[in-house]
Formats: sequence, structure tokens, C-alpha cells
Amino acid sequence: MESVTKRYPDGTVAVDRLSLEIPDRSITVLVGPSGCGKTTTLRMINRMVEPTEGTILLDGADIQRQPVTTLRRSMGYVIQNAGLFQHRTIVDNIATVPRMLGWGKQKARARAAELMERVGLDAALAKRYPYQLSGGQQQRVGVARALAADPPVLLMDEPFSAVDPVVRKGLQDELLRIQDELGKTIVFVTHDIDEAIKLGTMVAVMRTGGHLAQYAPPAELLSSPADAFVEDFLGADRGIRRLSFFPSARLELTTAPVIPLDATAEQIAAPAADHLLVTDADGRPLGWGAPRDLTAGAIRPGELLPHGRPFVPGTDSLRAALDCAVLSPTGWAVAVDADGRVTGVVSQQTIGEAIRSAHAADHADEAKVSS
Amino acid sequence: MNGFLDGSFDIPSDLQHSWLGLIGLHLREALLPVLAGLLLALPLAQLCVRFRWLYPPVLGATTVLYAIPSLAFFVVLIDYTGQTELTVMIPLAVYSLVVLVPAIVDGVRSVPQETLAAATAMGFGPVRRYLQVQLPIAVPAIMAGLRVATASSISLVSVGALIGNQGALGNLLAAAQKYDRPELAVNSVLTTAALAIVCDALLVLLRVALTPWMPNGRRPRTAARQRPVPEDVIR
Repeated sequence: MESVTKRYPDGTVAVDRLSLEIPDRSITVLVGPSGCGKTTTLRMINRMVEPTEGTILLDGADIQRQPVTTLRRSMGYVIQNAGLFQHRTIVDNIATVPRMLGWGKQKARARAAELMERVGLDAALAKRYPYQLSGGQQQRVGVARALAADPPVLLMDEPFSAVDPVVRKGLQDELLRIQDELGKTIVFVTHDIDEAIKLGTMVAVMRTGGHLAQYAPPAELLSSPADAFVEDFLGADRGIRRLSFFPSARLELTTAPVIPLDATAEQIAAPAADHLLVTDADGRPLGWGAPRDLTAGAIRPGELLPHGRPFVPGTDSLRAALDCAVLSPTGWAVAVDADGRVTGVVSQQTIGEAIRSAHAADHADEAKVSS
Repeated sequence: MNGFLDGSFDIPSDLQHSWLGLIGLHLREALLPVLAGLLLALPLAQLCVRFRWLYPPVLGATTVLYAIPSLAFFVVLIDYTGQTELTVMIPLAVYSLVVLVPAIVDGVRSVPQETLAAATAMGFGPVRRYLQVQLPIAVPAIMAGLRVATASSISLVSVGALIGNQGALGNLLAAAQKYDRPELAVNSVLTTAALAIVCDALLVLLRVALTPWMPNGRRPRTAARQRPVPEDVIR
């Protein structure tokens, strides 16, 4: 997008000289408060809104140069509340664009069935009508419909904002999974900064009046917001949220306070720790106990303190590790491998040191980039 | 009792129709105008949806037309179309139009914004969008309007009795007075009511058949505007 402006006849400027380069095959999120022009920007990409000034290039070609219906059929569009055709069955909703492109009925329906599976919808829903589906299911149909003709570009306008938080998280995870498989160029509009940070490869923060406040990868947004508006928009806990981008793989784990269920008196006394983590025969965590309360050969799992939710080093972030430590009754986070076997424990203190060194490394990187 | 019933189906010969013949005539005079009204209302309503400023004046003009008593309408039309069925059917078509235009406009406008935006974004042109999205979703509202128009049309046909025996079953009312045979009036009223009820039921069945996508038991989103039946229906 090159210096795109949308001015309405009454003088309102919805988007003001916006320039954005949207990378191929990744998710770009436009985020901002209502009235910041993010939806207008999205709709200029498929020409539902025509820019007053500026040009939009798609793979180097001006989008004004091709017929508008051709352009739109090459871009999937997902909208809030799904916007399904209530008078058509699910399978026919999904097959809409392929049918318009002249596919045969059989081929279009086969494609629709394939997509239902891809977005996690039961094939039994194919002949149902939209009113028979839940909001989350309808939104999945909306995504499937947008993907039906395999368009290279997917435009998503607050697609998940009308569903409850649990369903929304499921849909977000599903979108990331689908994106891993398909590698579309996705432009995603939301007013939810958490959603933007979770989904975006690049995030464009927009402010009222159609100005671009900052355009950066989410980690950079959190570490160095461009101005007070962006900082405010990111919210009070951006420091904590930034930890999501630091891996937990390099945390130093210790196995000293970890003992088996059939521990000997020596094993209980040796670590000289306030609490010991007891594991079962497979090495899975059972719970914490103070050495003086544990009797060799007679440890009862029911009497142990809960071990809390464990984290998986390498998969989970520092944020997850810190969360585990904060929630643990002993202040120690339990690390497990993919199969749930204990690989060690780590204290809040150690995590704190890891956070400090990660920040330091990050700042050093930035210094290198700016010099 | 038997004698009374026998008598009520003994139609005077000057009506030139049997009882069943009168029913056929009545249905023709009532339903053709509704059909004509629908065919006129569809493009007119589409214009009102497309150009929003057009709707208030159209609504105003049709409401004025609706306020004209049917008898006055007949008197004006007799100069042009004579004492014919057409003189009865033209006002009925106008009344149907008046009921159907708001029903269709409201129905088409009740299509959710997201649905329209999604259709546009998928590359529907305006004509395709109207025929494949807006009109089908407006069907429940249109059918509700058709029910009102049909019932009102069936009752209004009887007024045609006043202009040269063009009232089909309504002619029985005139005959009842002329020959002092009240059973003919009872026949006329009951048969007209039965026709209206049967037609209404058929329209409901048609609506259910056309809209398998509607939740069971839910009323159509936009009911047709209910208008009072003109006061000169049957006197």
C-alpha cells in the first residue's frame, strides 16, 4: 500500500496516507481502537472501499487494473458473525465461490467437504442450515467458505470477536494451524491487542484518524513501543506479555529436590530443601512435601501439596514458566518433557535471572541493529 | 335443515353460474390481482431499496391509494373498463401492491449487513446478489405480505356485486336480498371465509416448503405491515 488515503465526501478522513508493505504468506494484523480506519483499510484491499488517493499493489500490479469481481474472487473474506447465507446449507455456503467460478456441482461439493474437515467441522453438519450451528461453528464455516477457491489472499475482519473467549482461543489456534499448512497471505483486523500479538507475524497499530502508529513484529512492539499511544494501547502488563517471546529452553533446571515415591530416608534428608517434589514410578509429578512430613517408604500421594501446572521447556515460553512458579505453592515451577515426566524444577529466582539476561541480550541486539 | 342446505346451494339462474362456478370465478377475480400486484411490487420495492429517498414518497402515495374506498375506485374505472371483471381486479391489484411493497422492502432490508458484505466480498454483482441472496432471505416477509393481500383480496371481490354482478360469491348477497333468500347470504359469507382460510393455509405450506432454512416455530423476521381492511368491504 502506497500512501493510501480515504476521505469521505463530508471531509472525514478514515485512512490518512497509509503506507504498508504486507509480507507474503504470513499473518499481518491491523489493530487499533474503533474508528481508527482498520476495517476501511482492509476493505480497500478488495475494493469494497475505493481509496481517494494512493495506490494498492498486489504482487506489483495495481489492483485497480483488474475487474473488481475477479479481484474479489481471488481473495477470501471472513467477517464478524460469519455472514453466512442463512438460506443455504453449510456445504452450499462453502461451495459459493467455486460455483461462481464455474466449477461443477460435484467438484465444488467435494472441495467443500474437504474444507469442512480442514477447519474441524463434522461432516454430518454438511446438510444443516446456519441457524442449526453454534457461533463458533458458524465462524469455522466462514473460514472454510473464504478458503474454498484456494485464494492466495485471505482478508479477515474481526472474525472472532463475537464468540466467547474459550471458543475464540480455539479458533485462533485453529487459524495458526491452518496457516502452517496453507501459508496464505492473511490480513487480519482486530481491536484486541492480545489477539494481534498472538496471531501476527507483523502488527500494524493504528490510531484514530487513520494514522499508522507503529508497524513491527509483536516482540518488538512489546519491547519498544514507538510512542505513548502504542504503549498505552498495549496495556499495563506488556512486560509480562513480552515474556511470551522468550524461550524457556535455556532455564537451568535442578533435579536435586526431586525424589521417587519409594524414597529412602537418606534421599529425603539429602537435598536440604524446604520442599521436595515426589514423582511416581514413571517419573510423573505427584506433589510437593516438606522433608519432615515425609516418611521413607510410607509417602502417601494424597497428603502432598499440589504441584500445579507444569511447563515444557523448549515448547513453552518464559511467561509460562514464570506463571507455573507463581502458581506453585512452593514457588518452584515443575518442568516436564512432552510425555509429562519430570525433567527438573526451577525457582522463581532462577526464572527472574533468566528474564534479566534475556532482556539484556535483547537490548544488545537492538543496539547492534541501530548502530 | 336438509331443506335449508339444499336451498342455499340452489343458485338463482340470473347469476349464470353454479356454486362451484362462483368459487372458480371468485378465486380468479381475487388471486389474479394479487399476482399482478406481486409482479409490480417486486421491481418497485427493489427501486425503493436501491434509492432510499424513493421509499417515503412511494409509501405515502400507496397509502393514499389504499385509503380510496373500492366502490369509488369502481365508479371511476367504469368509464374506462366498463362493468367487467377488470374493473374489479384493477383496484384489488393496487391494494395488493400497497401491502406487498412495504413487505418486500422490509424483507430485503432485514438481510443482515454481514451477509451483504460477505456476498459483495465474494464477488457477487448487484443483480446476482439481489436474486440469490436478498430475495430468498426476504421470502418469509414476502409470504407474510402475500397472506394479508390474499385474504383481503378474497373478501373485497364481493364488492364487485355492486357493479353489474361482478362480485362472484358476493353476487349471492345481492340475490339474497332480491329473492328474499337469506340462506344465500349465509352461503356467500361461509364460502368466502372458507376460501380465505384455505388459501391462507396453502400459502403457509408454500412458505414452509420454500424456507427449509428457517428455525421451526419461529415467526418470520418481518411481518407484513398489517393494515385495516377498508370499511366498505361488505355492507
